[in-house]
Amino acid sequence: MESINIKSPQNIVYAKPRLMNDTNMHYCPGCGHSVVHKLVAEILDEMGVEEKTIGICPVGCAVFAYRYVDIDWIEAAHGRAPACASALKRLWPDHLIFTYQGDGDLACIGTAETIQTLNRGDSITIIFINNAIYGMTGGQMAPTTLMGMKTSTCPYGRQADLHGFPLKISDIAATLEGTCYVTRQAVNTVGNIRRARKAIRQAFENSMQGRGSSLVEIVSTCSAGWKMTPDQSNQWLADNMLPYYPLGDLKNTVDNK
Amino acid sequence: MAKYRGVIEVDTERCKGCNLCAVACPLHLIELSTRVNHHGYNYAVQPDQTQCNGCSTCGIVCPDGCITVYRAEK
Repeated sequence: MESINIKSPQNIVYAKPRLMNDTNMHYCPGCGHSVVHKLVAEILDEMGVEEKTIGICPVGCAVFAYRYVDIDWIEAAHGRAPACASALKRLWPDHLIFTYQGDGDLACIGTAETIQTLNRGDSITIIFINNAIYGMTGGQMAPTTLMGMKTSTCPYGRQADLHGFPLKISDIAATLEGTCYVTRQAVNTVGNIRRARKAIRQAFENSMQGRGSSLVEIVSTCSAGWKMTPDQSNQWLADNMLPYYPLGDLKNTVDNK
Repeated sequence: MAKYRGVIEVDTERCKGCNLCAVACPLHLIELSTRVNHHGYNYAVQPDQTQCNGCSTCGIVCPDGCITVYRAEK
């Protein structure tokens, strides 16, 4: 009886963000993309910049991001989201421009655009979801696939002599002069989700204040591609992904100012 | 004794039954229903509503934003 009485609007401590609309998301159960969408919606609402925000969707699982978060979006050609963001930022310097990309879009076909945009130092934010696999197309090997990890195009595991080594885009970005904030976060536990939220907020503030490019890499799961339950995926991420992609800030010039 | 009491409300038609809330709940109060929603997913339920302290862990980990958490002082 008591528990029913407290269901009133003034007692709400957590609810779906206002900017996230009621469309059911197409992501698989337990997908990290949905968590990051929710964080973006929460942060934009908190900063009160929804009217001045333009997101750039990638090609990949997050291609339909414009259906779920109630802000202005542009759909870019495969891998070209950072180039599009760069142009938009120059046209509207007072707007918050961010791209939302997966590892196939950002680290494979869009490597050139990503590195050149970060090196130009346009005040945009790139949110990079790294799940070490091509989720949308059926679990093929990505540039970020770990050594020995099995995917549908490397069924015996990734081998260095045949496939090369996993690409650490954030480490490359940290060496570029144009970036002001490069960080790697994860969304597998409550603590990590809270830290990822702070990192995205920091990146958005850097963009609004014109400090340079920010890259937030989010190590995420792909339970369908990895062929595990969402819970097992989170455990696998902690055991296998995090040793190779350690969490934390790789570069933060803002604190030094 | 906990100072707060809480209760969750699950948007059962939006829930995909990923079970992350059940794993994350520190008090193990959430489980998947034996019933399914119109998509065919076993949605999350909180059978015992007297023990919850409204910590919002389930809401934060829920990928689809299905969980609304209410919290009030005892």
